This record gives sequence, C-alpha cells and structure tokens, in this order.
Amino acid sequence: MIDAYKRLMNIEEPPAPKTAKGFFTDTSLCIGCKACEVACKQWNQLPADGFAMTGNSYDNTGTLGATTWRHVQFIEQAKANGHGLEQRWLMMSDVCKHCANAACLEACPTGALVRTEYGTVYVQQDVCNGCGFCVPACPFGVIDRTPTDGHFEAGTAHKCTLCYDRLKDDMTPACAKSCPTASIQFGDIDELRERARRRLGELQARGESTARLYGMPESTEAQEVGPLHAFFLLLDEPEKYNLPSIPRLPRKTMAERYGWSAFVGVGFALVAAVVFGGRR
Amino acid sequence: MGSNMAENHPVGFRWPMKAKERGSTLIHVDPRFSRTSAVADLYVPIRPGSDIAFLGGLINYVLTHERWFKEYVLAYTNASSLVSDDYVDAEDNGGLFSGYDPKSSSYDNASWAYAGMGPAKQGPARDETLQHPRSVFQILKRHYARYTPQMVERVCGTPPPLFLQVADVLARNSGRERTSAICYAVGWTQQSYGAQIIRAAGILQLLLGNIGRPGGGIMALRGHASIQGSTDVPTLFDLLPGYLPHPAAFKGDDTLERYMRESAVRGGYWSNLPKFMVSLLKAWYGDAASSENEFGYQWIPKLTGDHSHVSTSAAMADGKVKGFVVFGQNPANGSPNSGLQRRALTRLDWMVAIDLYETETAAFWYAAPEGWKPADIKTEVFLLPTAGPPEKEGTFTNTQRLLQFHDKAVDPPGDARSDLWYVYHLGRRLKDLYRGSTNPRDQGLLNLTWDYLPERPDPQWRIKDEPSDEKVLMEVNGYTVADRKQLPDFEQLKADGSTACGVWIYSGVFPGPGKNMARRRNRTPDNDVDPEWGFAWPGNRRILYNRASADPAGRPWSERKKYVWWDAAVGRWTGKDVPDFPVKKAPGTPAKEQGSGIDLHSGSDPFTLKADGRGWLFAPSGLKDGPLPTHYEPLESPLSNALYQRQDSPVAKRFSRKDNAISPPGDPRYPFIVTTYRVTEHYTSGVMSRWNGWLSELMPEMFAEISPELAGEKGIANLDWITVSTPRNQIECKALVTRRMRPLRHDGRLIHTVGLPYHWGYKGLVKGAMANDLVALSEEPNVYIQEDKAMTCNIRKGRLR
Repeated sequence: MIDAYKRLMNIEEPPAPKTAKGFFTDTSLCIGCKACEVACKQWNQLPADGFAMTGNSYDNTGTLGATTWRHVQFIEQAKANGHGLEQRWLMMSDVCKHCANAACLEACPTGALVRTEYGTVYVQQDVCNGCGFCVPACPFGVIDRTPTDGHFEAGTAHKCTLCYDRLKDDMTPACAKSCPTASIQFGDIDELRERARRRLGELQARGESTARLYGMPESTEAQEVGPLHAFFLLLDEPEKYNLPSIPRLPRKTMAERYGWSAFVGVGFALVAAVVFGGRR
Repeated sequence: MGSNMAENHPVGFRWPMKAKERGSTLIHVDPRFSRTSAVADLYVPIRPGSDIAFLGGLINYVLTHERWFKEYVLAYTNASSLVSDDYVDAEDNGGLFSGYDPKSSSYDNASWAYAGMGPAKQGPARDETLQHPRSVFQILKRHYARYTPQMVERVCGTPPPLFLQVADVLARNSGRERTSAICYAVGWTQQSYGAQIIRAAGILQLLLGNIGRPGGGIMALRGHASIQGSTDVPTLFDLLPGYLPHPAAFKGDDTLERYMRESAVRGGYWSNLPKFMVSLLKAWYGDAASSENEFGYQWIPKLTGDHSHVSTSAAMADGKVKGFVVFGQNPANGSPNSGLQRRALTRLDWMVAIDLYETETAAFWYAAPEGWKPADIKTEVFLLPTAGPPEKEGTFTNTQRLLQFHDKAVDPPGDARSDLWYVYHLGRRLKDLYRGSTNPRDQGLLNLTWDYLPERPDPQWRIKDEPSDEKVLMEVNGYTVADRKQLPDFEQLKADGSTACGVWIYSGVFPGPGKNMARRRNRTPDNDVDPEWGFAWPGNRRILYNRASADPAGRPWSERKKYVWWDAAVGRWTGKDVPDFPVKKAPGTPAKEQGSGIDLHSGSDPFTLKADGRGWLFAPSGLKDGPLPTHYEPLESPLSNALYQRQDSPVAKRFSRKDNAISPPGDPRYPFIVTTYRVTEHYTSGVMSRWNGWLSELMPEMFAEISPELAGEKGIANLDWITVSTPRNQIECKALVTRRMRPLRHDGRLIHTVGLPYHWGYKGLVKGAMANDLVALSEEPNVYIQEDKAMTCNIRKGRLR
C-alpha cells in the first residue's frame, strides 16, 4: 500500500547513509593564497561579487555569502617587544560548518535544507522558496539569499554544499583539492577529529600555547549546535576569527523569548488598561 | 631572502611547510612582513637593497666564530688558492677592485686571477694552511671583517639580536649531519648587483658545506613557469642554447675556431665546448653544415653590443627599432619605465603582439594613459591570439632543472594558435619568400633545418598543421648524423660533425623514438629522489656537484646526509642520484698534469664545470663587477654607503636620458624607499589574471602599502587616494596602511619603505595604475636586469589631478 503510494507520487527512497564527511581546516598551515576561494567558485560556477578594495588587510571578498562559499580571513596582529614588533598575520579559510544540529535546517519551513547521506547540510535549490528564515537562524552568518539581480534564481538561499556532486563521484571537494599546504583537509569525520587532536598536541608541544580546536564534540562550541562537520584549528580565540565562542541555536532560546514577548505584551496591556482605563 | 615564496610560489611552498612540520626552522628575511613571514619561525626585517651587507655579515660571523665546515672548505673550495700579487681588494681601495677604468665604467679582471697561472703551470698555487695573506681564505676574511652585526644594523636596519639568531641557526643547522637551503627570487636579481647577492649566498653555503648535498643549495625561484627553460634553451640575446656564449663581433669571434678557442675553458667540463657548439650547428643547419664551411658558423649573426630588453627599449624610444614581435610579454606595463616603453612603441613602423588577451602593449595606440589619438600613431599593430598551456603540448622546466612534458587537452578557440605554431609557420613562410636567394646573408635562413610537422596530424584535433613539440625535443636531445639515432646523453657528442644536438644540457631527455623521459611520472618508493619522475638536466642529475655529498675519500659525510658515494667493491660512484662526476674516477685519483677537461681534476674535485674543480669563494673570472660581493647602495638610495667611499655599483649601466632621470643619493625630493612586487592573487602585469573575475575580485584595485608611521606623517588614512612619484613618472592608487610595513632606523634616522604591487594596467576587468611607470631603465652588468626592488620615491595624499 505504502509502496504503491510512493510509486504513484514518484517518491524516491533517500540514499543510504554513508560515512560522515567533513573538513578539518588547520589554520596553522594556511598561507592565505585563496586557491580555495577560486577553486570553489570555479567548480560551483559562482560569479565574482564585485571589484572594490575593502582596505581590511588582504581580504577583499569580505564575508561568506550566497556566492562566496569559501572565504579567507586575514587578521593582522602586532605588539611591541624588546627589539621591534612581535607580529602575527593569522589566515583562516572559513566555510559552512555543516553543524550536527543545524539551525538553518531547523528554521527551513519547506524542507529545502536537508541532511545528506554524508552527514552534511544541503540546500535543494528546486525546493527553496526564498523565505529567508535560515539566514538569521545561522549563528555563523554563513547562509545567505541571492540579491534580486543575482546569479541564481532571485532570493533563494545558498551556501557550501561540501561539493555534494563531487562526493557522489568519490572526489575531494574543490577547495581541499586545491589547497597547496593541506590547511584544508577533507575526509571521514572521525578520522579527521583524531587527526585534529594529534595536531593540537603537536602544536602545543611546540609552544603554540594559544592553539585550540573549534567545533569538536567535546568543545564548548558544540553545546547547542552540536559538533561541527567543518571544524577548525585556530591560533587565537574564536572571536578573533569572527567566530562565536558559543554559537546559539534559536530553538533553544525560543521558549524564553516567547515568554518575554508575552510578558512584555501583558505589561503593555496592563499599562494601556491603567492609562486608558483611568480616563473613563 | 629576496623571495616571498608563500605568495609567489604557493604550490612549491608546500615543501618548506612540510619541512617545517618535520622540525626545520623557516627564516624569512625581507623588507615586508608578507604571507611568507606569517608562517616563518623567524621574520627578520631588512632594508631593500642591503642584502649583500646582511649576507656579508653572515660570512663574517661564520669565519670569525669558526663555524665553517673545515674539511669541506679545504678540500672542495678555492679557499687555499693564492691570488695574483696585482690584486687589490675593495677594502683597500674605497670600494673599487683593481682593474677599474672609470672612463668606460668597467673592470679589466686580469689582476683577479690566481697566482702562478703562467702558461706552463697547470693549476693555481695553493696554501693548504690557509695562512698565506694572498690566499682566498685570508682575502675573504679581510674583505668581510667590517661586516659586523653593528654594521649590519647600520646598513640593513636589522636589530643585532635577530641577525645573530639567523647566524646561529644557520651555523648550527650546517655541517656533517645537517644542511640548510637558501631560496631567493627576483627580490635579489632585480637589483643593480643581483648576481653578486647570489654569489654572496654561494660563498656562505660553500663555507657551511651546503652545496652538492641533500637539503642544501641555493634555490632560484623563477618568476614564471619555465623561466628556467627559457634561459636553458634560451631566449637570451647573449647566449646560445645550453649556456654557450653568443659569438660577438667585439670579442673577435670571427671564425669558429677562434670562437671555440676563446670560449672553451681548458680545465673542467667546459673544455668540451667545441663538441657542444659543432653539434648545435649540425642540428641547426643539417647537411649544409660541414667542416669546409665552419659548420655554418658564419650564418649566426654576431653580437655588436648590448641587445638586452632594456637597451633595446631605449633604442626603440630613439627610433632605432622599426619592427617588434612581442610574445607573452607586456612591456607597456610589465617592463621598467613603462611610460618610456609606451612612447617607444609609438616610434615603431609595425608591431605584432601575440598573447592570450589584448595586453596594454597591444592596446597602447588607443588606450594608453597618455591619451594619444589613434590617428596620430604611425605604428601598424597586429594582435594575434595565442593558446594557453592546456591548449598545447610541451615541457615546463622548473627551478630544479626538472623537465615535465604535458599533453594538449583541448584545441585553442577560433584563430588562436600555439606560440610554436606561429614561430614554425613564420619561419616556413619566410624561407619560402627567400627561396632562390644567393645573398650570403640569407643562406642561414635558407639552410636552417625546419622539419617539425608530425608524420600524421593527430586526428582528434581540429588544427591540422600544428608542429610537433616532441619532434623539437628530439632535436634538442640530439642524434647521430649518419643513422639519425637518438643520443643517450651528452657524453656522446663529437666536434667532428658526426653528432647533432640542439641543447647539449638537455641531451638524454629523448634517448630513443617514443622515449620522452620528460613524460615519466614514476615514483620510486625506496628513494626519495624519485629519479624516474620527469627528467632533470644534466643527465637526470637532481643535485648538481653531488660528489660533494661525500667526503674526499668518497664516504658520505654522515649517514643522515648520505646521497652519492664511492663503492670501492665495484669501483664506481653510486647512490640515490646519478653521480655528477666521472662514474669510475676513484676518490684518490690524482689530477693529471697534461691534457684538458676534467682529467686536470683530482678524484676529490667535485665542481666539474669549474676550471679548477673547486667551488669558488673568490671568483677570479666570470663576473663584470668584482671577484667578491661588496655592499653598494642601490642606484637610488636615501642613504650614503656606510662601508665604502664608492656609493653604488661602479659598473651597473644607467641610461642617462631626460626620460629616465635617476635621483641622486639622499635626494630630499624623494626621501622614501619604494619596492615593487607581486601578490598571490595576480600574475605579473595581470594579463593572465585581471581578465578573470574570480582572481580580480580578490585584489581588485591598485594599492600602495605604507606603515602607520608614514601614513601619520603624511596625514593619510587607510583607503585614501595617494600619489606616488619618482623622477620618471607619478601614479595614483589607494593606500593600504599596515603594520606589516615597518620603518627602519639607520643612524638614528627613520627610513620608510613604500610597497607597490605591479599587477594593474589599462586593460582587463579591473584597471589601475602601473607601478613600472615609476621604475628606471638600468642594467645589472652581468645579466642586464633592471633595478626595481630598491628605488626612492615621494608620496602625497590625494589623486593625480
């Protein structure tokens, strides 16, 4: 009966789950070459976003967005020491985190955002109606809608697909493939996490005392959004990289916020009752 | 040093990153804190143009602190050789060596020769104790004695603790057990004494025992893919293929016999020059080349002077050049004093520009910033579209001298054709036009072998008259004339006309039909040298002079650095690489008294190309600007030379003309240093990147990098428009104010540096001012390159008008 219904309605079985895949982006190896940005745009045929200098170090693409799915941040740091300046130039290739509890996916009312068989989060373009609920839901500011005169169907939401089409053919995502220094590493998520823990140990042994992992199952960042399928090794606090120290899931604070709304509403009603009621 | 490897060679930079992960220390000495500095273990600031003072300081440190590799230096370098009594060092002569002629601004190097090199003597006199005051070792010590950490600070602006840290790391990481490598790029070469900077690195590496050994060496990071190939083959005016000197009228090369006598060196492998030269002539002129007609030697035009790019541009600006074919180059933007270059183009009768896009050069007649009216331009311009790398087959030769052949993936679009197609068909048509001519000067062209079309065109491609790169490479490899059999290597070359070879150093790359060694992509699991990946010249040797990786007795210096060694049991050299040494010459073999070539070397003289088989700390010949690197200021500098009375290179060529003014030292009108460079996001003058939106958005606008201190002094905020000026020109661009640019203190004075990338122009998706408009025409005396890494400029807030 159900099978007949599925056939009638042309409903396909979802693909069987595969080993979860993800990115480990090791910023200690990043040389800021932006090959990942270009490879991503070329493979996914994303347009250039405009030709204006931002003046913010060597970053001229600014943010992740509907047509920029990898974005390299440049953070210049300098402090005086005994003989001159102690300088750091932190570079980090940012990307969709493919959260285990993805806020965008929870906010999506149409089912356009789905979790794939690889454990990644994917926008089905033929389903997205451009409502935009996912955009403010994302605690990282990753997903975005195209402007009305954009490259895609106007207003639809876009973000990194973790090169879903390449994964289907057992290919490495374009960004990881192009990275010359293995700063972006792609693989089975469990193996990548092991590798990240080892790497952190190495760096700490070398005296990189500020190195830390971001988005691991055991990290505080995972409290609400869960472990990240694209996680990072950072050389400074997350805020320095424009990452929230605790990314929030809107659902978690919904009851509280509705409560406050109701409380304020009732309060206004009372004030109105007193003010207008007293006039009679 | 002199290289921003992470930014300009990001793919190659994976290896230094891997080395760092394995525990190597990465040091970056550079005027700017760049993306390379960001991942280095140690960043060391230095003033542009002061590299020799820095390296001289390191040499002095190694010598005075007894950190040199004694057995290596004694056995493998010319430290013990004695120099002629007539030699006067720059230390004793205000910065000039003996033999200087101020009238011609050139040196006669006779007095730099070794002592005891009379016609009857075989080799130089030596003092193995290194105590003789005229020994190279003592001369070297005296020459660099004043290059102290304090002097380095005064000249380079580098704080002594940082300098000493570099010296200590280098010395500790060299010797039997360890080796250090030095990487450089055009940050060194594009200075008025670039070759001498590299020489200074050579001296340092020889003293530390880092030449001819794994993990050592001096890596020249080339500015483009296959620039190494283009110097090997070459595209240089003063060389024939394989680094044979180009015959020159002013050297009296009027007969082949005389050319070969003058050019060949008696000792060392270069004594084989006649074999290379005659084989080259046979490759070029085929059956028309015979011993009766000097193998066609007279058909090669003889040099009459300096025909380098810079000099030719100056001549073109004076109306002395009528026609110009420009391939893959963009002088109207990418060459020094590009304003002058553009004016020079207006003096031509015709120009053919062949490129992937319409370059600034191709479009000068209507789009140049000078605003010329097309009707006023007399130059007839032809723009021809060329093919990109995936649209043609061919080889790339990388900095390791490794040739890698690549296939064609797709036909080029429309009328676009490969560069080889243009050269081949142009040659073919010219030969047709001259057919039947009896004019002697046409015989060279008519007799040129010109048979590069494949037997059958490849049916999968639309373009049917594409020449075969492999046919060219087979001629480059060489063959025996009688039976047209491919040669296995250059050892088989003969001077009697029985062999033909296009580029002797490449011989062995195509040893038989279908055996293109540059196609190989085999890994060798138990040998990290991977000798079956591509083909490295000469003879697939991955490290030159690798005999030096073993001690004089032929044993590896250490187990850890084992590379090539003498296997006494079988009586031959063996190891991970092809030995760069006569394979059966035992370590104890004495040098022969008679004869020529490497027979004059002993079994422990690794530097087979050198006349005396030794690494040259002191260069008795070969350089036009001195036997030892000496600190001079750049042609334009805000400072006077702290070490010598002589301010700048005594032999660098300045082009003194109204449109190429050079500021005097300390010119108050131009108080700041300016240096030019590239960023990862673009490629040279932008022809291959500014037409691509994905690359253009990453670096969309021309900018100048300045320090907050300089910005404060001039009232400039980040992203403000500024105007940068030199006596040649002025340009406008945005300011990028960053702590990565640091002013340096010299004698209490703060010296600022302005950094300018040179990627923008007036064509392409993104446009902007051209940094090369500010650069002067000048020439380093040995290799004729301009100085654009250290000049002076002024800046002001605001736009041009």
